[in-house]
Amino acid sequence: MSILIYAEHDNKELKSETAKLVHAASQIGEDIDVLVAGHDCAAVAQAAANISGVSRVLVADASCYEYQLAENISGLVVELADGYSHILAAATTTGKNFMPRVAALKDVAQISDIIAVESADTFVRPIYAGNAIATVQSSDQLKVMTVRASAFDSATLGNAAPIEALTQAHDAGLSSFVSAELTVSERPELTAASVIISGGRGMQNGDNFALLNGIADKLGAAIGASRAAVDAGFVPNDMQVGQTGKIVAPQLYIAVGISGAIQHLAGMKDSKVIVAINKDEEAPIFQVADYGLVGDLFDILPQLEAAL
Amino acid sequence: MHNVNGNLYYININTNFARNTNEVDMKILVPVKRAIDYNVKVKVKADESNVDLANVKMSINPFCEIAVEEAIRLKESGIATEIVVVSIGTLACVEQIRTALALGADRGVHIQTDAELDSLQIAKLLKTVVDKESPDLVILGKQAIDSDNNQTGQMLAALTNMGQGTFASKVAVADGQVAVTREIDGGLQTVSLTLPAIVTTDLRLNEPRYASLPNIMKAKRKPIETIDADMLGVNLTSNVSLLKVSAPAQRSGGVKVADVAELVAKLKTEAKVIS
Ligand SMILES: Cc1cc2nc3c(=O)[nH]c(=O)nc-3n(C[C@H](O)[C@H](O)[C@H](O)COP(=O)(O)OP(=O)(O)OC[C@H]3O[C@@H](n4cnc5c(N)ncnc54)[C@H](O)[C@@H]3O)c2cc1C
Repeated sequence: MSILIYAEHDNKELKSETAKLVHAASQIGEDIDVLVAGHDCAAVAQAAANISGVSRVLVADASCYEYQLAENISGLVVELADGYSHILAAATTTGKNFMPRVAALKDVAQISDIIAVESADTFVRPIYAGNAIATVQSSDQLKVMTVRASAFDSATLGNAAPIEALTQAHDAGLSSFVSAELTVSERPELTAASVIISGGRGMQNGDNFALLNGIADKLGAAIGASRAAVDAGFVPNDMQVGQTGKIVAPQLYIAVGISGAIQHLAGMKDSKVIVAINKDEEAPIFQVADYGLVGDLFDILPQLEAAL
Repeated sequence: MHNVNGNLYYININTNFARNTNEVDMKILVPVKRAIDYNVKVKVKADESNVDLANVKMSINPFCEIAVEEAIRLKESGIATEIVVVSIGTLACVEQIRTALALGADRGVHIQTDAELDSLQIAKLLKTVVDKESPDLVILGKQAIDSDNNQTGQMLAALTNMGQGTFASKVAVADGQVAVTREIDGGLQTVSLTLPAIVTTDLRLNEPRYASLPNIMKAKRKPIETIDADMLGVNLTSNVSLLKVSAPAQRSGGVKVADVAELVAKLKTEAKVIS
């Protein structure tokens, strides 16, 4: 078993998903390489080399990888694929974007969003927005998989794996980067935060999301949202938690003015402790909440901030 | 001299441009999946062999519906000229093709098979349609809400060697290119692709319309071509087998607390998640 993990990063920082994938990979086999594909990403490679259990870090540093365009990254990964039995990427928008291309080019299936490893060929993954859990077995020679990082613990740090530079530059010439509008926030990222406070349609408008700020500051929390809050334009899309947004599993998830639709629950029901604040005592969110507080969020939020 | 030439040249560009936007045919292919209706909460069969879909309401997968709507809007704005919808699966899929035709697609292709297919086989079957129809744009849903795979569009893009704009919240076609604004984890990213290209839809791309009764009637007369999947030269056996489908661990609802003070006390001393 030889496993290649695609590192999740933004050229500057290695994201927390990668150490979780190393932990997932260690349940499959022991020979684990990490690929860092980007531009001016030496710091990322250093951080990856520090993860225990990593044998080698491969770095493909070229301008055509700067934005990790799927057409270019898949060409690179396909070229490396032959030495490996498994290729893993996080089920982030980067991994979801290029991995199916790799699978198709290698003529194998992709197994998406695994949450557990049963053996080197058998994996567990949620289907139907997490309302059913499938166990699947693959007989493909090469297993191409995306991993739900929140379902795995992190590998520890404290390693000095060798770093090798790759020289291949795969510019497919099919796509080009135009622009990005990235959310800049001092808060932890949703997928890495141990506490999350999310607002829904009940927040009524974007300005009212400020009511969550003070609480988030005190708890070191990330701020999330339901689809309804994003669709209504209260907050940007990258804050959406759910089946089609981010999947999170923090220690504490506080849902404020969120009804608890199955698509939202799909993104947060594996949180350790769930708190729901909602004025409707019949709201389905209370069926999954460890602690429910029925009442008007506009009264409760200021009290909560003061009490922390 | 120079000025006159320059002017003529300029006029030439304009006429070319007009021809490009008005006279060139632009075909859009929209694959749609028949899937469980998003309002239905699925149940697992007692023998854990799969989910139970008997007598469950089925619909067009919501993301595919957004793909159909986007194609129709491109046609209404004069950019696209023809919309072909394709669905792969049992005879029942014709229902979803008819729905797409009632919304405004022009004709349908039904690739008929009773086999349970993976995204890879679906992508290979779709490639045969792409080869035959030569669409300028293929718009698919980013994922189906049953398997939640999020693979088919990207696989089709790889097999046809096209560029891909996945998780689109905005699509702008001009001059042989499509600019796709993508919903990514960090925010939004816009990429430009040379046509033909593949786009997969995210939820905020548009809000699909409802079919009107006259259009539902009209859709009954729109053509649907049926193709036997076995005749397309694609190996339909999957290398992934489903061993078991189980119900997720149920969270038992907890307690209601009376006020903020009780909530904070419980989080500190009972749940121990804040200090
Ligand atoms: C294909 C598909 C994918 C989807 N993906 C996602 C997804 O990824 N994430 C997601 O979240 N949704 C998703 N949805 C949408 C989902 O079905 C729900 O529509 C959405 O989650 C509802 O958001 P909400 O709970 O904020 O709004 P609502 O359902 O409108 O609930 C608002 C809640 O706020 C409460 N409230 C109102 N005012 C107050 C007040 N003053 N004080 C206290 N409580 C108050 C109300 O009692 C109510 O319970 C998806 C839907 C589809 C079809």
